[in-house]
Amino acid sequence: METPKTMFEKIWSRHVVAQRDDGETLLYVDRNFVHEGPFYAFDGLRRDGRRIRRPLKQIAVSDHYLPTVGRKSGIAGIADPDIRTMIERLAVNAREFGVPFIGIDDPRQGIMHVVGPELALAQPGMIITGADSHTTTNGAFGALAFGIGASEVKHVLATQALWQRNPRTLRVTVDGALPKGVTAKDVILAIIAKIGVRGGSGHIIEYAGSTIRAMTMEQRMTICNMSIEAGAKAGMIAPDETTYAYLEGRDHAPRGDLWNKALAVWRTLPSEAGARFDKEVALSARDIVPMVTWGTTPEDALPVTEKVPDPSSAATADERAHIERALRYMDLTPGLPLVEVRVDRVFIGSCTNARIEDLRAAAAVVKGKRITVPAFISPGSTAVKRRAEAEGLDRVFLAAGFEWRDSACSMCVGANGDFAAPGERCASTSPRNFENRQGRGVRTHVMSPPMAAAAALTGKLTDVRTLS
Amino acid sequence: MEPFVRITAIAAPLDRPDVDSDMLIPQRFLRRPLADGYRNFLFYNDRFDANGKEKPDFVLNREPYRRARILVTGANFGCGSAREGAVYAVVDFGIRAVIAPGFGPFYAGNSYQNGLLPVVLPDECVRELREQLHAAPGAEVTIDLPSQTVTGPDGRQYRFDIEPSRKERLLAGLDDIAVTERYAAELDAFERRHDAEMPWLAHLDFGK
Repeated sequence: METPKTMFEKIWSRHVVAQRDDGETLLYVDRNFVHEGPFYAFDGLRRDGRRIRRPLKQIAVSDHYLPTVGRKSGIAGIADPDIRTMIERLAVNAREFGVPFIGIDDPRQGIMHVVGPELALAQPGMIITGADSHTTTNGAFGALAFGIGASEVKHVLATQALWQRNPRTLRVTVDGALPKGVTAKDVILAIIAKIGVRGGSGHIIEYAGSTIRAMTMEQRMTICNMSIEAGAKAGMIAPDETTYAYLEGRDHAPRGDLWNKALAVWRTLPSEAGARFDKEVALSARDIVPMVTWGTTPEDALPVTEKVPDPSSAATADERAHIERALRYMDLTPGLPLVEVRVDRVFIGSCTNARIEDLRAAAAVVKGKRITVPAFISPGSTAVKRRAEAEGLDRVFLAAGFEWRDSACSMCVGANGDFAAPGERCASTSPRNFENRQGRGVRTHVMSPPMAAAAALTGKLTDVRTLS
Repeated sequence: MEPFVRITAIAAPLDRPDVDSDMLIPQRFLRRPLADGYRNFLFYNDRFDANGKEKPDFVLNREPYRRARILVTGANFGCGSAREGAVYAVVDFGIRAVIAPGFGPFYAGNSYQNGLLPVVLPDECVRELREQLHAAPGAEVTIDLPSQTVTGPDGRQYRFDIEPSRKERLLAGLDDIAVTERYAAELDAFERRHDAEMPWLAHLDFGK
């Protein structure tokens, strides 16, 4: 009998172009996403006089540098010349190299990790690369999807392949029903808090268990999106009927006979019973409560019911040094209940948490109420924005006092100039709480959309379950 | 790409673990052309105050570390974003090798592409090296790629692992595309078969 295989092994082995004696593998890439950032890759191709091997296996999406306000005036309306250049350069590179392109005025525009799934550019069994660490989002479809740097982007553009070493596998199993008020964001923050920011290092994570199986595609995307925050190269979830129902009929999903053929392949992908993973971790969904981060790495996450940690209770000297440094940056006192931490601003957006279900969940919290601190929403894509407007969510947010903006990476990363004011404390639905990421000295608390909405109402970190 | 064979140079100790991509180079500098000198943006928020004035206490702002060509640091160096600017900035500063107990998921891969050697040594060895460097600022460390060894200021040698293919490319200053081109026939054959097996992936019909 053959050894039972993991989904990862099956996808990997289907894409091996060549293998060297030392174990390095040349892997074929089915789809590669680029945004404005890796312009160095196109410059490099031009310098070497190279073309793109398969232009139609690439997709270029403008997302990092697009403004979230004043979009009607187009690129000409962007004041900062460097930002304008970044956006124009992607359009020029896409045109010159024949790459499909979604730009500022395209109704399909959005954050590339939101747009890819929306258009069914991500499908089960694929190897997907992208010039961004959160390319892992596409793993929710049972694909092997990971971020690459600009030199590797250049390599993929030139060869449609990539040199990789076989990573190890980690299965994270989450079982049980999610308690009320607990979202996919809380699940992934709980996972990262448990295994740490280096816990997935050198591994591909497969998320499994009844909690994951019961999740919608959007929830699964939130989970896979943050795999990188646990140090994993990729995260993936086996495709099932939820996956197929999501994909069927979308713009680039296979149709007719090809759909049936594809489905037959996709059904063979899930890990087999008895397949061996290098590492296993299990969590019970019942134990998870709404989470917030208190520090400067994504593992610094605690249930909102807890207190700011005390360095003197750290298990090791390294941990103590980290807590001390993080609390200094975050301007927090040990022992302070997290629900007493005041916030200055709220951001709801990013590839982690700005899909339609996220916006519905946030709207449900603020409906008929007024927020007390400045807050804005940047939907994950223009399509999400239109859909939300059709459902009347924009009116709920506007009536509550939110700004309702256009779609871009926005204040998750600040590439377009969307920053919080220096030193402000920001409740954010983005994936990362690194120092200075949302602006100089800005203190980021990462949480779910309903938790961020609750913080906007009260002006403090708030347990959304306690709001009436 | 500049080949990497052997260097003996001043090594700077940077004690903290989990140095992330945004610390290495803030996002706002990634729109700048390489010709602007990415060394100027390295560790920007730690090296400069709000007025752009150097913070004298940051290790790379102090003599003799301004001339450091080796960085000895903590675990998970370069974690976070895939941005290659985080490597360009280190290389442009003059650093040729980073010694750490481990690297973030993208950092080592991006380093190899730019002739920067990521050296992984056990935590206690890296700690020992950093302690020696603190005790004798300006002390030199030698990294010899052919023998895969680091020699500390006290003469103690540490052996490190590196994939043979990576080593070969660094020694020759070869980039990956040059190597991949040797596999052109395999790539053509694979692609034909793969496109036939999964024809729905063969082309993106973008209608424009």
